[in-house]
Amino acid sequence: MKKQTVKNADNGKTLKKLWGHIAKFRVLLILSVIMAAATVILQLYVPILFGDAIDNIIAAGQVDFARVGYYLKRVLVLASLSGVTGWTMSILNNRMTYRVVQDIRAQSIRHIQHLPLSYLDQHSTGDIVSRIIADADILSDGLLLGFTQLFSGVVTIVVTLIFMFSKNFWITLLVICLTPVSFWVAKFISSHSYGMFRKQSEARGKQTALIEEIIGNQKVVRAYGYEERASRRFAEINEQLRDYSAQAIFYSSLTNPCTRFVNSLIYAGVALIGTILIPGGSLTVGGLTVLLSYANQYMKPFNDISSVVTEMQNALACAARLFALLEEPEESADAQGTLEDPKGCVEIQNVAFSYDKSRKLIEHFSLDARPGMRVAIVGPTGCGKTTFINLLMRFYDTDSGEITIDGKEIKTLSRHALRSGFGMVLQDTWVKQGTVRENIAFGKPDATDEEIILAAKEAHSWDFIRRLPKGLDTVLYEDSISQGQKQLLCITRVMLTLPPMLILDEATSSIDTRTEVLIQEAFDKLMEGRTSFVVAHRLSTIRNASLILVMRDGKIIEQGTHEELLARGGFYHTLYNSQFQRA
Amino acid sequence: MKNLSGYLKRYAMESVLAPLFKLLEVILDLMVPLVVARMINIGVAGNDRTYMVQCFGILIGMALLGLAASITAQFFAAKASTGFAADLRQAVFDHIQGFSFTELDTLGADTMITRLTDDINQVQTGVNMGLRLLLRSPFVVFGAMVMAFTIDVKCAWIFAGAIPVLFLVVFAIMLVSIPLFKKAQSALDRVTCLTRENLTGVRVIRAFCREGQSVREFDESSRYLTKLNEFVGRISALLNPLTYVLINIAAVILIDWAAIEVSIGGIAQGDVVALNNYMLQITVELIKLASLIITLNKSVACAGRVSSVLAQPASMAYPAENVKPAEDAQDAVCFDHVGFTYKNAGAPSLTNVSFRAKKGQTIGIIGGTGSGKSTLVSLIPRFYDPQQGTVALDGEDARNYTRETLCEKVGVVQQRAVLFQGTIRDNLRWGNENADDAALWEALEAAQAKEVVEAKPGQLDFQLEQGGRNLSGGQKQRLSIARALVKKPEILILDDSSSALDFATDAALRRSIRNLGYDVTTFLVSQRIACIRQADQILVLDNGSLAGVGTHEQLLESCPLYQEIFDSQFPGERKNAKEGNAQ
Repeated sequence: MKKQTVKNADNGKTLKKLWGHIAKFRVLLILSVIMAAATVILQLYVPILFGDAIDNIIAAGQVDFARVGYYLKRVLVLASLSGVTGWTMSILNNRMTYRVVQDIRAQSIRHIQHLPLSYLDQHSTGDIVSRIIADADILSDGLLLGFTQLFSGVVTIVVTLIFMFSKNFWITLLVICLTPVSFWVAKFISSHSYGMFRKQSEARGKQTALIEEIIGNQKVVRAYGYEERASRRFAEINEQLRDYSAQAIFYSSLTNPCTRFVNSLIYAGVALIGTILIPGGSLTVGGLTVLLSYANQYMKPFNDISSVVTEMQNALACAARLFALLEEPEESADAQGTLEDPKGCVEIQNVAFSYDKSRKLIEHFSLDARPGMRVAIVGPTGCGKTTFINLLMRFYDTDSGEITIDGKEIKTLSRHALRSGFGMVLQDTWVKQGTVRENIAFGKPDATDEEIILAAKEAHSWDFIRRLPKGLDTVLYEDSISQGQKQLLCITRVMLTLPPMLILDEATSSIDTRTEVLIQEAFDKLMEGRTSFVVAHRLSTIRNASLILVMRDGKIIEQGTHEELLARGGFYHTLYNSQFQRA
Repeated sequence: MKNLSGYLKRYAMESVLAPLFKLLEVILDLMVPLVVARMINIGVAGNDRTYMVQCFGILIGMALLGLAASITAQFFAAKASTGFAADLRQAVFDHIQGFSFTELDTLGADTMITRLTDDINQVQTGVNMGLRLLLRSPFVVFGAMVMAFTIDVKCAWIFAGAIPVLFLVVFAIMLVSIPLFKKAQSALDRVTCLTRENLTGVRVIRAFCREGQSVREFDESSRYLTKLNEFVGRISALLNPLTYVLINIAAVILIDWAAIEVSIGGIAQGDVVALNNYMLQITVELIKLASLIITLNKSVACAGRVSSVLAQPASMAYPAENVKPAEDAQDAVCFDHVGFTYKNAGAPSLTNVSFRAKKGQTIGIIGGTGSGKSTLVSLIPRFYDPQQGTVALDGEDARNYTRETLCEKVGVVQQRAVLFQGTIRDNLRWGNENADDAALWEALEAAQAKEVVEAKPGQLDFQLEQGGRNLSGGQKQRLSIARALVKKPEILILDDSSSALDFATDAALRRSIRNLGYDVTTFLVSQRIACIRQADQILVLDNGSLAGVGTHEQLLESCPLYQEIFDSQFPGERKNAKEGNAQ
């Protein structure tokens, strides 16, 4: 009970927030509601006019043409008017819902740019995407349209009741009393078909898993001649699914005929009582026509309202998720400092950092990189190599200690100033959907084709780009090129920007060793006189670094040049030798 | 699409009976206004209560009959649609099992999975709804017209005039809006894609300071989506108001004419009520029909996609009978001037490759990223056919073997280790359905996977999750090697399949494969010289052509590319190696 109250309070808050977001569409919403009410009342009044007209067509020679004409003219006017208000309402609703979605999405995408990476790293991409895309849609459909539908539903019921009572009290009472039966029947059926739907969705889930596994790895299936066995397994579950589906579909499809049956009973009842009453004079034939057509329609708003309410609850949940994203605090405010022509003097003093504040990761981390130095960082998985890059680029902020570039603490610099000082290639390649040219020129959108091709040649990606169907104009999708080729593109991207400082985090892990050496040479040339930081798994690529940091458990345990470290015979020595062990 | 109708024919009886029973229900529905008209004309006019109650009884009876007919129709429709979908799913699944690698590459796993799941489900819904409703609505509409003719021919002409106009309006609106809906959908896909990219590429976007550009790009596509949505919304929102106005105009004319008919004694007042009722029924059904057609339209699009998978022929033909390979064939595998280009690729992946692998030899294959290593080995089990030259196994063209024989002869362990949901035993038996546990353990031991399995609860009965998620990369690789060994193939291909193993395990693995109890020709694909240096023959690939063939020592002497690769992995050690060999 208490939980329910809390939930209701939450819903109230969410609604309040939503109201804030749609404030500028307030006029549209009010207009839409007015239009909805007008449409409903007009449409409900039309049958009455028809009834009145029919009452003036009694029998041969008893037709009052003037009255009939009068009512019919009014029908024409009111029906046309309701058409106009109905369409206006739809247009208003459309504009309102789509604009609200657009606003919320625009807000979300801007918010994302300023969310701390700690949030983005911890939340799955799919989840955030579904909030911005699906939840935003459901929110606008469910809440805004839901609101207008709910409103028209209520208006319909009230107006129908008024009109019906104005025609005949007892028949109206009969309709009101019998209507719940139809609800009860629908509920009975849906609660009984629920079990079958569950079975169906279980079987479907199993089948989808099998399909994903087999078809997703069809090449393995093919290599092992597993096709027939796969087909047999599929057939088995397919038969199960066929049976469950047939049952679930059949039982659930009983709802309509059954509620229709109840409606027919009500209809027959209205017809009987109505005809019995007419001779007594308490009801006219036209009145009966009106009551019959209302009896037919009376159920509809109830069904609408019950589905709208479910939808609105769902929409509120979506809105809450979306607002949770939008209210996620942004990263610390940006400083204003700039880096003029950075020399690349990077000093790190006694830095400590951890993702999970209860578990220490980096501690007492100090480093002094002079301009032009090539700093390599090695160590086992999880030792904090990539974390160091995160701190350097201010993807994360240090817990304590100082990082300075050319003597300026990086927290005093604007993030853009800091980051444009670095060129970065990560192991996790990211290629956007777009042409090869757009991808390479990502960091320098005004680059000419000559510059792009030159960079591609230096990064040794030109060879494969040239062979793509449309060269630089080839549109890249998620999996259209291999991992190694993606890495080459990311390297080209950096080659083009000529950064003052460079960060390579396992940047060549998917590239063959020979190409790696060639790229390394290109980087060496590029980085002459510039500072670079290289995280590498293959130790062969960092032998000629000016400084090698050996990290373990968040601490620098050894540092020096390759020769010095080998001579020391410590952890680096062990690492290096395991790498080159012969079979 | 024709290839799908065959699957519905199997349910011909159900597919005919379902609409027939639906028709019965409709006829009963259409009788209702007639009965009510008689209640008014005869019952009210004569104040005959018995007659009224009789009519009430008839109405109830018709409602019951209608309910029974409707339930029967739903039953047949459910049976036909689920049966049809199940048969179709099985057929598509089996058809995909017959695909060669070329078709698998062209279609892509995701596409095929969607066809088998979502698309076929949508087709099932379409068939079910179609059988139940597609005939119902036209039945009602035309039935109402026919009924009107039985009442009064003159008034019925209004029906004959109104129905085509209404149909025209409904279809025109839908024809215009459906392609627009599709366009809006792809605009939404673009917005989704950009949202995802903003999240997956957050580090790159921030590193290159491209937040502003990303937001602009997103806003642009979001605004485009809104524009499309509003436009199509405005058009499709015309449907309801327009049909409503039209039907009321028709009804006004109807009553007007009916008034004249009544005044001259052609029809009675009750008949006017009936005519009016029929007119109202048309509106409801037309709207239902419109939304049904939208559903069906979606289903037809899905059916078209499913059909195109079925229409895709399997490009590779296999002979029915094996040729008898020469008994004395020396070469297990022989490539003779082989050239191969992937379908839709710009450049060949292999050019003029010739080599011979004697039975029992170990062949190493090395080369850079994208040099054609995997392509070369995938021609051996005839995953693809070369466009130039021949690939011969045991002296006989690979194209002359049956699918089964090729599958038995060649065991392939692919780059990405793929395991399936099920026990370890199930997985290993992919290699040989009838292998006993002893044979499985033997293979596991050779693949250095014995201790992996021994450490698992239940050992061979240990349950793997989908994709083998509950194993580490190295464990998966070893199990997938064991799976290939269970087959006891004559030719074993390890395509970079030990990359996740540490150096010692990798070495032990290679040793044990050399000492298998049976004669096996082994192909080892790797980027690491250490893995292949012991091979009897090493093929060095460069951009799809052979840059050198020979033993490690020969290649170190003569092949500049091999020397380069060696230098990149063992910097400065070539000299030592030479000296070592000389000793």
